[in-house]
Amino acid sequence: MALTSPEISPPVIDSLERKNSFRSLFDIVMTVVVAVFLAIALVPLIAVIAYVIIQGGSRISLDLFTQLPPPPMVDGGGFANAIVGTLIMVGLAALISVPIGILIAIYLSEFSPPSVARAIRFATNVLNGVPSIIVGVFAYGLIVLTFKTFSALAGGIALSVLMLPIVIRTSDEALQIVPPDVRWASVGLGASDYQTVLRVVVPAALPAIVTGVTLAVARASGETAPLIFTALFTQFWPQGLLEPTPSLAVLVYNFAGVPFKNQQELAWAASLLLVLLVLITSVIARFATRRKIY
Amino acid sequence: MTVRNPSSVTRPRSDTERILDQSFLWLTRLLAYAIAAVLLAIAFQVLVQSLPAIQRFGVGFIFSQDWDPVKESYGALPMIYGTLVSALIALLLAVPIGVGIAVFLSENFLPLQVRTVLVFLVELLAAIPSVVYGLWGIFVLIPILRGFGVWLFENFGWFPLFSTQPSGPGMLPAGVILTIMILPIITAISRDSLASLPPELRQASIGLGATRWETIIRVLIPAAFSGIVGAVMLALGRAMGETMAVTMLIGNANTVNVSLLAPGNTIASLLANQFAEASGLQVAALMYAGLILFVLTFIVNIFAELVILKVKKF
Repeated sequence: MALTSPEISPPVIDSLERKNSFRSLFDIVMTVVVAVFLAIALVPLIAVIAYVIIQGGSRISLDLFTQLPPPPMVDGGGFANAIVGTLIMVGLAALISVPIGILIAIYLSEFSPPSVARAIRFATNVLNGVPSIIVGVFAYGLIVLTFKTFSALAGGIALSVLMLPIVIRTSDEALQIVPPDVRWASVGLGASDYQTVLRVVVPAALPAIVTGVTLAVARASGETAPLIFTALFTQFWPQGLLEPTPSLAVLVYNFAGVPFKNQQELAWAASLLLVLLVLITSVIARFATRRKIY
Repeated sequence: MTVRNPSSVTRPRSDTERILDQSFLWLTRLLAYAIAAVLLAIAFQVLVQSLPAIQRFGVGFIFSQDWDPVKESYGALPMIYGTLVSALIALLLAVPIGVGIAVFLSENFLPLQVRTVLVFLVELLAAIPSVVYGLWGIFVLIPILRGFGVWLFENFGWFPLFSTQPSGPGMLPAGVILTIMILPIITAISRDSLASLPPELRQASIGLGATRWETIIRVLIPAAFSGIVGAVMLALGRAMGETMAVTMLIGNANTVNVSLLAPGNTIASLLANQFAEASGLQVAALMYAGLILFVLTFIVNIFAELVILKVKKF
């Protein structure tokens, strides 16, 4: 006990120990709190997926994919027209946004001076933050008011504006990962800029670009806000690009608010399709891109 | 084997090749600048279409509570109020939870493999379509929250925030669903900025005798603060612009009601509800409301991106 310095009397040590035990208790409490937070966040994810599978799964049948939505109080039916409509509009959106998005990404990662690239990436992020309903308003003013009709064209253009930032960002990142040596080798062999980019760099980045595009397509399929007053909805088959066009997302919205059980079941079944689409593409994208990291 | 004429290898590029090269460069450049043009076009389109309403109602539009298509008298105060309040509820709930999760998943509480899976699961929350959250909210969340709301009303009804009988849809369910939807944004960006802190900070703090949580609260979170602010701003922008889930849960009542248990409305929900059937001055009034939403989210987003850009530089 001779080593104990005379300044520290036993009560002080006591209080120090008490303080230390408080500190470690605080540590444990906080760890438990954040673990509970994580659990709280995962509950809705699991609950949503489980509900959609249980409610929607029981309604899955071949009829869904071949028949038209039934009127209220009528049993059976499906949403074949909405599937076709979604395919048309998402296809149109992809046709517009994928080539343009990849070309912009090529400019950003291959040709642009850093300051310009920074400004355009900034604009892309801001565009990504524009609410989807405002993009719908934009398409309404641009297409619906011009052609005087709700149309698949308006819906497709709205979706393409929403897809564009995602395509640009993922393609841009994919191109930047391609090592510069590949470009030097190509140029050294006498290839011109566009040959280097299109024959060497883009093919090298293609898996990651495809992943990004798939994710963008999956997200666009579930978008509802930009479609409700551009493409609208019909109970019938899509008639053409300049006609009102049904979609799965708007079907969910319309049938969620009605008191008819059959239509509610169709809304759950359509939700199941949309959720499966994003879940499967997200998981595949996860594995595809992880394999790319050496 | 004869060597090919060396001049065929070293010949200068032909004119066609040069033109092709230049036009490819210009094509990509033009499209890139078009991104800014799209942003401007959106702003311009919304502004032009709302001009009739701006001329008719002026700034008073923001302070008026009328929304009456029959009398052609429009004001957006209840929707602006609802947009801000529902986003605020979401932030109040999502910021502590989201930052807490970010800390949990950026520190080594769990083995790396487990964390990777958990990070992915939290990200998945952002992948589920908004309209599916709305459907789930109608049939699952509202019934759950109604019980909670009744309890709040019966025990704390004297408090203005809980002063109305809960009717099902309302500000509270909308705020809760928004919380779920913005959580992944807050978690992802906060986690990025926490993970990018230099390890010396942590080592120094632990070396000075701080516990793990003292290090987190006193050193790491302050150091990552601007990144977290960026995350919160970005989440605020999303919350204000989120449409479908909110439209399906908020009750769409164009009145200002202090009680969180009462139905309300947001600008985005107003547009979703009324646009398809609107005509004449109502379209202009809706566009005017859309313009307000666009400006609000635009400012918030620009601020958020600037903060995040600044963080990324270090």
